[in-house]
Amino acid sequence: MDLVTEITILVLAAFVGFEVISKVPATLHTPLMSQTNAIHGIVLLGGLIVVGYSNSTLDEIIGFIAIVFGTVNIVGGFMVTDRMLEMFGSKKKKKPKPEAAPFTAETNGDDSDAAASGGDSK
Amino acid sequence: MIPFAALDPTGAVVGLLYIVSFSLFIYGIKLGTHPTTARRGNGLAAVGMAIAVATTLAQKGIGNWGIIIGGLVVGSLIGAVASKRVKMTEMPQMVALYNGLGGGAIALIAWAEYRHWVHIENLLSSSGDSFQNGIDEAEKAGLAGKVLENFSITVSVPLEVLIPTLLAMIVGSISFWGSNVAFAKLQELIPGKPMGLPGQKVINGLLLLVLIAGCVYLGINNDLGGLNQTVFILMLLVAAALGTMVVLPIGGADMPVVISLLNAFTGLSAAAAGIALDNTALIVGGTLVGSSGTILTLEMATAMNRSVPNILFAGFGAPPSAGEGSGEKRPHRSMTAQDAAIQLAYADSVVIVPGYGLAVAQAQHAVREMADELSRKGVTVNYAIHPVAGRMPGHMNVLLAEADVPYEQLREMEDINSELPQTDVCVVIGANDVTNPAAKTDESSPIYGMPIIEVDEAQQVLVLKRSMSPGFAGIDNDLFYNPKTSMVFGDAKAIVSDIVSELGSL
Repeated sequence: MDLVTEITILVLAAFVGFEVISKVPATLHTPLMSQTNAIHGIVLLGGLIVVGYSNSTLDEIIGFIAIVFGTVNIVGGFMVTDRMLEMFGSKKKKKPKPEAAPFTAETNGDDSDAAASGGDSK
Repeated sequence: MIPFAALDPTGAVVGLLYIVSFSLFIYGIKLGTHPTTARRGNGLAAVGMAIAVATTLAQKGIGNWGIIIGGLVVGSLIGAVASKRVKMTEMPQMVALYNGLGGGAIALIAWAEYRHWVHIENLLSSSGDSFQNGIDEAEKAGLAGKVLENFSITVSVPLEVLIPTLLAMIVGSISFWGSNVAFAKLQELIPGKPMGLPGQKVINGLLLLVLIAGCVYLGINNDLGGLNQTVFILMLLVAAALGTMVVLPIGGADMPVVISLLNAFTGLSAAAAGIALDNTALIVGGTLVGSSGTILTLEMATAMNRSVPNILFAGFGAPPSAGEGSGEKRPHRSMTAQDAAIQLAYADSVVIVPGYGLAVAQAQHAVREMADELSRKGVTVNYAIHPVAGRMPGHMNVLLAEADVPYEQLREMEDINSELPQTDVCVVIGANDVTNPAAKTDESSPIYGMPIIEVDEAQQVLVLKRSMSPGFAGIDNDLFYNPKTSMVFGDAKAIVSDIVSELGSL
């Protein structure tokens, strides 16, 4: 893939990220951090590629450590976020939301952010 | 397992599956904007991650399954056990540690990517079959056609790969070591107080210069010969030193900013690695993390009325403690838990202001019980949460959610400040600087201009605290000497429990 395409993706992702994440309320900032930590575990893919195509022992050692780090991030991050959000959600749910089809605008109250969700489907 | 490994790494199927996976990340975060949907969003993001991992494993030519599966199993076990065991009060450490792991993984991957080029170089320098293998490897690495003609004997890493690789390595290494220091401070393995060497800024500046010089050297001599690998490894170590040195002088109270900033850094490094490896899932995932970290960093810095460079490079230094001598032994009032209970029981409205002390004392459940007792007596109870209360963004909210406090009662600073003048009693539990009126009145104060929870506007103030000692920033708090204020000394959890039992018997 050429560099300009990749930078295009990066810039668009940054705008979508800013748009969506700036709407996360302060109450949920800790789960947001642990969830983005988990998403950061995507670096696991790099480790898998390194080990998967490696033909030197040092690369295998480096890659193995990277895989362990990445997996800890993913598994630990998503699980601990789930644990936290379970506590937030345990209170009486006010209005159960209709299970809207993915990638349509969310119906939950405070802000209508159709613009942001439009970005999702790109 | 190997027969399934059939997807072309640069083909459309892999690309499309990556799109599905990062769309799920974005949608998952979007659901995270509301407490009732956030959990589902987290689950969807996890599904996206599973798709990304499965897609990668299904690529043609992936081997070394033993190592891969071993790594996945070890990582999953550690992650699962840690996520079950960690206490909510320890969440800042956990996030710092995970951040570090992410940064460390990136630095290692960047190193391996660089070594991969060296490997191609070695193959090409030899003759015959190996040379052909080298050409194949080079093509696999995305060098088809255009660069091949330059490939007579030496390989030059294309700058569009070299630059992101170096960036990923440097930033990844800085965040790995910086996060580990932050973890050690939060876990109290090393003192949380700011510490540093004289001339720290000069040293940091020099380290940064060395890194830049290294990048330039590798950029100019990018034939992978001679010293290049050594230079690369040295840069890895210099970045490690820089990460450590930058975080060491930062005090505990500034941790929310530091953790957010390191989060942004790891995201940036992942995006850079994504460019080096031509992997869209990595680019988008990393950029999302980077955005999140950046937003949080800016919000935290705004909440402290300080610029990010100021927090990183200045720290709360000696000046505030120097000014303290004048105000010694000022009169203050103190009362017992019993008196406090009576005062609370006769109030109409109570606002609880939690801080890091609440986390240290693990008092969140006791506080919820106190609020329940008060509600039963017809007292309106709310919680005023300062954005930088605690050691990470949203730290107090998580603790109180753990104690089943309804999130409607968790009020943000701007929202509740206007109600404080009509509030009968403010109860400050383990919070200090975020309530210090000097931020509004005393221009010489280091925290002047920082938005605070204006508890001094309330009719009465109870401050639950161990002693009169100033807070983390070492700044004396005028609030404690306000005639409206009564200090209740002791361990926060013990005092609150006493108040609860006292309320029960009233």
